[in-house]
Amino acid sequence: MLELIHRFFHRNPTAAPGIVLLVAVAIFSAVAGDRFFQPFNLSLVLQQVTIIGLLGVAQTLIILTAGIDLSVGAIMVLASVVMGRLAVDFGWPPAAAVALGLAVGAACGTVNGVIVTRLRLPPFIVTLGTWNVFLALNLWYSRSQTIRSQDIESAAPLLQWTGRSMELLGARVTVGSLLMVLLFGVAWYALNWSAWGKHVYATGDNPQAAQLVGIRTNRVLLSVYAVGGVICAVAGWALIGRIGSVSPQAGLTANLDSITAVVIGGTSLFGGRGSVVGTLIGALIVGILRNGLALTGVDVLWQEFAVGLLIIIAVALDQWIRRI
Amino acid sequence: MTGNRQSASPPMLEAHGLVKRFGRVTALDGADFELYPGEVLAVIGDNGAGKSTLIKVLSGALVPDEGEVRFGGEPVSFRSPIEARLAGIETVYQDLALSPALDIVENLFLGRERRARGILGTVFRRLDRVGMHREAGERMSELGLLTVTDLSQSVETLSGGQRQGVAVARAAVFGSRVIIMDEPTAALGVSETNRVLELIRTVRDRGTPIVLVSHNMPQVWEIADRIHVHRLGRRVAVIRPGTHSMTDGVAIMTGAMGPGERH
Repeated sequence: MLELIHRFFHRNPTAAPGIVLLVAVAIFSAVAGDRFFQPFNLSLVLQQVTIIGLLGVAQTLIILTAGIDLSVGAIMVLASVVMGRLAVDFGWPPAAAVALGLAVGAACGTVNGVIVTRLRLPPFIVTLGTWNVFLALNLWYSRSQTIRSQDIESAAPLLQWTGRSMELLGARVTVGSLLMVLLFGVAWYALNWSAWGKHVYATGDNPQAAQLVGIRTNRVLLSVYAVGGVICAVAGWALIGRIGSVSPQAGLTANLDSITAVVIGGTSLFGGRGSVVGTLIGALIVGILRNGLALTGVDVLWQEFAVGLLIIIAVALDQWIRRI
Repeated sequence: MTGNRQSASPPMLEAHGLVKRFGRVTALDGADFELYPGEVLAVIGDNGAGKSTLIKVLSGALVPDEGEVRFGGEPVSFRSPIEARLAGIETVYQDLALSPALDIVENLFLGRERRARGILGTVFRRLDRVGMHREAGERMSELGLLTVTDLSQSVETLSGGQRQGVAVARAAVFGSRVIIMDEPTAALGVSETNRVLELIRTVRDRGTPIVLVSHNMPQVWEIADRIHVHRLGRRVAVIRPGTHSMTDGVAIMTGAMGPGERH
């Protein structure tokens, strides 16, 4: 019996987080009733997980290669500051400002990738370093000042476009949330239906074997970090939509939250196993846990407590599932 | 049934006067080597005789200091295993260069994935998963490997022999012209070993010559058409299971007997 369960989870890595998500929804529906299980509240959860979800896409790609990126939050904020400053303070056309923000994200990711592949340093150390570097650049370029929401609204409404919401079956869905879902779809397609995706898995799973069949693993790694940087910059755009303003202090906990979503989603920190679908579920689990506990009147500190427990359980489960 | 063709056809893969030194150690000291089409050539030798160095030179993992390697009659100088592989020399490594988390089809096609036809393949780079799955099934059953029924199960869930099967199938499927196998049965049980030997015969009968490095003398005598005996960095004899006994082979290998003698 246990063997059957084990084999089931081994073959379906997203099953475990999926079940946890359903159980969480069921419990909160029972306890909090209509206040929880209604389109408006659930779309609120979706908005709350948008930023973490977007960073989670980037983080999943990188963790699948047995790496980690501690700088995703810093890249996101830096990109949002670049977009805001260019469009509002320097009067660039908003579209050009967004494009340059995305380019800055790509550049940051490429820097990470180049250091990881050329200097052969552990990704943990590399991105711990660049995290500080990017945050310093962010403070320098923003002059530690917030760009006010009204100024963005009058000078460059495109930057807040990601925060625009629309009615969908009684729910309010923002453009940013749709962007997140779209990027999850694109990443899922790339990982499952392209040779590049298979090479990402192979690079994280057994790099020597990948090299022996002719995969240029350094090139794969570089592409993953660069793409990850672009996705972080998209998260930066979504961040402007979410909070309305551009703040160099925003999203400080986003780094660890993105790793949390990936881990709870069942992707292995050792690389080669996992999926972006799991990460989406992982982000939703965290969002629903926070939302549901808040609705039932539980103190914020217990929300963190619950998330912490969940991380440990998820990793323990992953260890068990990976045993053959 | 085979092994006698070498008089008629030129060697598929050959090497002359190979020298490879590591510091003050001479691992290859003027070694020669010939592999003919359609044969299983076993390479035996004591530990430290230089047979792994020979194999690494042939598979492109090492560049020799002196001597030449010819493949299909043409001089070649591989600088990496990938170059050798692209030319058609596939090596099945002892530690199995497979990706455990990927499934069988993905491993078979790793690094040479096939894209779907039309705009899906060219613009969206979509993989032809159905086509690859079908071809993997056909090839595996041609090789008698369809004891593995589910091609979409991850390689780590397979037994050692099944993994070896996948590794050999990968080498055999993609039209490689020579397959080098380094101790392919070292980690396997009896029945799995027999299955791999059967597979080696199948691949040979389909026309791909095989270089088999092995310490297992009964196995070598069972399956090899010819046996290359390596000693002190060079080839000292080429014998046949029909003309020399296992005891003779071991005696030549250890230097207890000259290559020309026979018990």
